Amino acid sequence: MMIESNNNPRGIDIAGLLKESAIAALVALGLTIVMLGLRTVDTTTGLGITTRWPLVAVAVISVFAGRLLFAFRREWKASKGPVSRDRKEEEDRAATIIKRFSTIGGPVFIAFALVLPLMPFADRYVIDIATYVLIYVMLGWGLNIVVGLAGLLDLGYVAFYAVGAYSYALFAFYFDLSFWVCLPLAGLCAASFGVLLGFPVLRLRGDYLAIVTLGFGEIIRIILLNWYKFTNGPDGISGIPRPSFFGLEFKRTAVEGTQTFHQFFDLDYSSMHRLIFLYYLILILALITNFFTLRIRKMPVGRAWEALREDEIACRSLGINPTNTKLTAFALGAMFAGFAGSFFATRQAFISPESFTFIESAVILAIVVLGGMGSQVGVAIAAVLLIGGTELFRGLEEYRMLAFGGLMVAIMVWKPRGLLAHREPTIKLHPDKGPPPEAIKAVTEGEGK
Amino acid sequence: MEYFIQQLINGVTLGSIYGLIAIGYTMVYGIIGMINFAHGDVFMIGAFLSLIAFLVLGIIGITWIPLALLVVLLVSMLIASVYGWTVERLAYRPLRGSFRLAPLISAIGMSIFLQNYVQLLQGARVRPMPPVISGGFTFLEGSDFPITVSYLQIVIVLLTIALMTGFALLIARTSLGRAQRGCEQDRTMSALLGINVDRTISLTFVMGAALAAVAGMMFVLYYGVIDFYIGFLAGIKAFTAAVLGGIGSLPGAMLGGLLIGLIETYWSAYFSIEYKDVAAFAILVLVLIFRPTGLLGKPEIEKV
Repeated sequence: MMIESNNNPRGIDIAGLLKESAIAALVALGLTIVMLGLRTVDTTTGLGITTRWPLVAVAVISVFAGRLLFAFRREWKASKGPVSRDRKEEEDRAATIIKRFSTIGGPVFIAFALVLPLMPFADRYVIDIATYVLIYVMLGWGLNIVVGLAGLLDLGYVAFYAVGAYSYALFAFYFDLSFWVCLPLAGLCAASFGVLLGFPVLRLRGDYLAIVTLGFGEIIRIILLNWYKFTNGPDGISGIPRPSFFGLEFKRTAVEGTQTFHQFFDLDYSSMHRLIFLYYLILILALITNFFTLRIRKMPVGRAWEALREDEIACRSLGINPTNTKLTAFALGAMFAGFAGSFFATRQAFISPESFTFIESAVILAIVVLGGMGSQVGVAIAAVLLIGGTELFRGLEEYRMLAFGGLMVAIMVWKPRGLLAHREPTIKLHPDKGPPPEAIKAVTEGEGK
Repeated sequence: MEYFIQQLINGVTLGSIYGLIAIGYTMVYGIIGMINFAHGDVFMIGAFLSLIAFLVLGIIGITWIPLALLVVLLVSMLIASVYGWTVERLAYRPLRGSFRLAPLISAIGMSIFLQNYVQLLQGARVRPMPPVISGGFTFLEGSDFPITVSYLQIVIVLLTIALMTGFALLIARTSLGRAQRGCEQDRTMSALLGINVDRTISLTFVMGAALAAVAGMMFVLYYGVIDFYIGFLAGIKAFTAAVLGGIGSLPGAMLGGLLIGLIETYWSAYFSIEYKDVAAFAILVLVLIFRPTGLLGKPEIEKV
C-alpha cells in the first residue's frame, strides 16, 4: 500500500535515516546498559557487580548499523518508484510449489526414514537422535490436529505426553502389564484427560484456552512432583520394562522357557537390535498419526475442524456443535501425545517430572508453528531442523532456547503462516471463483494504457 | 485468630504485588484484546534491574533508604518501560490485523526469549539480596502468636495505594487516559478523531511495564531471592487475578490481585504449601467456567 501510493521517485533522506538509526541505537542503549553492562556475580561477601561495557558498545553499534542498513534498503526500494507486484499471483505460485513439494517430499522422507537403519553411517548415535527426532515429529503431528486443524492453541500439550508416559510407567509398576497392553491404555488415559479438561474450557475464547491449558500442564507437573507415594515425586520412576517383539525379548540371555529375539532369528546378539526396533516402532507410530490425520481431514469431523478454525460463528449457524467438535480434536491430539509418552517412557526406561516442563510444550508448539500450521510435511521438517539441529549444536545449549524464542517471534512477524504454509481448505465448493487471472490482467493492463 | 490476621497481612502484601502486574495484563487486553504473555518476564526484568540498581547504589555509597528506594524505583521503571515499548514494537505491532493466534504465539516466543536472555546475561543461579528494609511493629507480644507487620510490608502496601491512585487519576482525568479509553472502545473511530492509536497502544505497554517493574522491585525486597524464572509463575497468577477481577477493568485487576494473594496465602497456611500454585490455576479454571466476565468485567459481545 505504502509503496504504491508513492508514485514519484525521490531521493533518499540521509539525515532522516541517521536520525532513525540513532533513535534505535538509543533504545538499544537503554535495553542493554544495565542488563548487559552490569552483571551480578557471587563473591565471598554476597553479590558483587562486574561491568561489561565493551559488549554494550558492540550491541549499540550493531543495532545502529543494522537499522541503518534496513532503513536504507527500504528507502532505496521506495526511491525506485512504485513496484508493481502481483501479490495474488506470487502467493499462487508459492502454493503450487509447496503442494508439489509436499507430494514429492513426503514419500521421499518416508523412504529415507525406512532405510535409515540399514545405512552404513547409522551407528548407535545416529539411531538415537533419529528416534528422538521422530518422537517430536509424532508430537508435532499430534499437536497439529489441535492447533493446525482445529485452530485451538494448546499450551499444555506436554501434560498429555506426561500422562501417557506416567500411565505406562505406573501400569507396568503396579500391575506388571506389558508395553503392548499399556500403549492403548496410555492413549486412552491421555484422551480422557483431554476430554476432562476440554469439556469445561472449550467454550472459551482462543486465548483463554491457551492460558487454561498452560495452567493445566503446570498442575499435572506439580501433582507428579508432589504426590510422592504414587509417582515417586522428583526421583522419578526407573526400571520401566522394555517392549518385546511379539513376545520376543531383546536380551542377551532368555528367561527360562522363552526365547530372545536374536535366538529366534538365529542372529548374533547385538544391543543395536533393540535400538533399531525402537526406531521402527516410533516411525510406525508417527506414520499412523500422520495417516490418521490425512484421512480424518477428509471426514466430516475433519472438515468441521477446519471450518471452525476459519469462522466459528458461521459454523454454529450451520448446525455444527462447536464444543463437541473441538472436544474430538482435543481428545485425539491428547491420545497421540499419550502414545508418544508411553513410547518415551519405554525408550528412556526412566521418567521424572523434569521431562515435562512448559518449555517442552513450547518446543512442540514452535515445531508446529514453524512448519506451517496444518502442513504435515512442514511439521516433519521443522522437527528435524529444531530437534536434530540442536542435537548437533549441543555445545551451544544455552543459546538454544534463546534462538527458539527469537525464531518464534520472527516467523510470526515475517511469515505468520509458517515456513510451509498450507491453509488451503481441503474442500472448495466453487474451485474457481471469478474470472481467470489472465482476464483480470488483460483488463487492468488495458486500462493502464 | 492471631494466625489468621497474620496471614491476612501477608496476603494483602502479596496481593499488592500481583495487582500491580495484573494491571499491565488488563490494560493491554482491554486495548488490543491480546494476552501479553511476555508481561511476566518484563516483571522479572524489573526485579533484576532493581537488584542491580540496589547493588550499584550500595557500591557508590548511597545508603539512605528513602533516597535509594526512589532512585531504584525510577531506574527500574524507566528501563523496564523501554523493554515494554520494544516488545510491543518488535513482536506485536507488525502483527496487528494478522490472524487470531499470531500475536499470542509471538508473545510466547518473546517470553521464552526474554527468560533466556536474562539467564544468559545474569546467570541461571538464584540471586540473593540482603534485606534493605528490616524491622517492623509487633502486636500481642505476650501471646503465643505475635502478629508482626514489617516496615517493608507497610511500604509495599502504601506504595501500591499511591501508584493505584495516581494511575486511576491518569486514566480518568488526563488526555492520555481519555485517548486510551477511546481506543479501548473503538480503535477506528478514535483514529478518525485524531488520536494517534499506535502511540496510545505503545504508551499502554510502557505504563504496564513500569508498574510491573515496581512490582519486581517489591518482589526483590520482599522475598530476597530472584531468578530468571520468577516471571512465569508470577505472570500466570497475575493474569488469573486480571481474569478474576474481570479482564479490561482496572479496579477489577486490583481486586483480583488482592483476592489471589489472599487465597494463595491462606491456602498455603491451612492446606498445603506444595500445592499453592495449583490453587491459583484452579481458580482461573473455575472463574473462566462459571463467570468468564470476572467479578467486575463487562460481558463481551461478539459481532459479525
